[in-house]
Amino acid sequence: MNESLDPRVNRLRLNNSDGSFSIEEGENWNVFEVFHQEKRGAHHEHVGCVHAPDANLALIFAKEQFGRRKKCVNLWVVRSADILAFDLEDEDMFANNPDKTYRDASGFKVMEKINKFKAQSK
Amino acid sequence: MYGGGYIYDDSGRSRQQEEQLQDDPVKLAAFEARIAGGEKIEPGDWMPAEYRRQLIRLIEQHAHSEIIGALPEGTWITRAPGFKRKLALIAKVQDEIGHGQLLYNAAETLGKSREAMINDLLSGKSKYSNVFNYPAETWADVTVIGFLIDAAAIVNQVANAKGSYGPYCRALERICYEESFHLKQGHDAFIELATGTPAQKAMLQDALNRWWQPIMHFFGPPDKVSAHSEKLMQWKVKMASNDDMRNQFLEAYVPKIWELGLTLPDPLLKKNADTGKWEFSDPDWDLFFEVIKGNGPCNKERLNVRKWAEEHGRWIRKALMREEERERTALPVA
Ligand SMILES: [Fe+2]
Ligand SMILES: [Fe+2]
Repeated sequence: MNESLDPRVNRLRLNNSDGSFSIEEGENWNVFEVFHQEKRGAHHEHVGCVHAPDANLALIFAKEQFGRRKKCVNLWVVRSADILAFDLEDEDMFANNPDKTYRDASGFKVMEKINKFKAQSK
Repeated sequence: MYGGGYIYDDSGRSRQQEEQLQDDPVKLAAFEARIAGGEKIEPGDWMPAEYRRQLIRLIEQHAHSEIIGALPEGTWITRAPGFKRKLALIAKVQDEIGHGQLLYNAAETLGKSREAMINDLLSGKSKYSNVFNYPAETWADVTVIGFLIDAAAIVNQVANAKGSYGPYCRALERICYEESFHLKQGHDAFIELATGTPAQKAMLQDALNRWWQPIMHFFGPPDKVSAHSEKLMQWKVKMASNDDMRNQFLEAYVPKIWELGLTLPDPLLKKNADTGKWEFSDPDWDLFFEVIKGNGPCNKERLNVRKWAEEHGRWIRKALMREEERERTALPVA
């Protein structure tokens, strides 16, 4: 077969590491969730995560990973372990039932009352 | 770039039956109804053990393919002709590494750590796309990779982006956006050689001749031998059959190759006017399985370069990780 064309192989001879090698659990650092702000005044939106040893480096990696294209004016990072969320199974607690119309503008029929009043007072 | 259901797995089928039986039938029915209704599955949701296993395998191998796939192109950065081509190639290779990171994160939400995935890659247990076990011998090879391999990968990724697992779909959405640049810069460099001097044209034709078979292998064995699992289709893990994706690729890209006066090394390649499907000679599938087993021209070199990077990067990973920052194992949440 061909001699390798990869300079890491044909010059640095990196290819003769024949022993087995494995990385340890946790060696790839901690996980941070990344939030991206597209323009001033907009919300920061979750876009994904990065692995980093600490928050400062997580920000730098987040800039490389999520800020190298499209518009971005700011990024937040937060440890994944610090996020508290509801169980997805409890999703039904957010269901809107019809008797919550008292919380909605559409639950109040103002014009009906006004029109009735005007009709009566003629 | 380069993931998907085209990576061969023969260990899965028998195991599927066993695990299937252990899933709670009521939860399974609710899960399948949710997918049938077009809803996405999220990390904390109940899911069948086999769904989790197949998704981890799929996304992990996709991630490995992005990282390993950057190696043949990466070696050409210093030799890319001209400043603009160098800049574009650096940007593309950086994107591919970024794709690998996004996909490792998506796979981690299913419960397998990135360290475990990298170890499985290094030990040969986990596979990556076969196409990266071939060498990029000339600059023309790089243009063929950037144009046609990325094009094939896009066919696959666009299909997978409509799958059922939320974090994978979200990663693919971002990836597909960047792939359109990969395809365009590859096509541009490809056209430059195709319309250049006789020597440039000959170099490109030679690269095409060598890459055509690996490209035909790219979507995996024909449907008649690799009976895709009905379940994986129903669960929207596998979104299109190997033959359908291959046909879609040929339909879109063979005309773009022929229009430049180039040829493809298959006398039987043509579109059947009656069926509307492309016909071609069978690529050598025995060779395909040999390369998967580790006996391709570059398998060993690719893994050794990865192993070297992990081995020699360890000191800096350790130096940056202060003990007080180390936390209980946490995986991405979304
Ligand atoms: Fe990619
Ligand atoms: Fe790509």
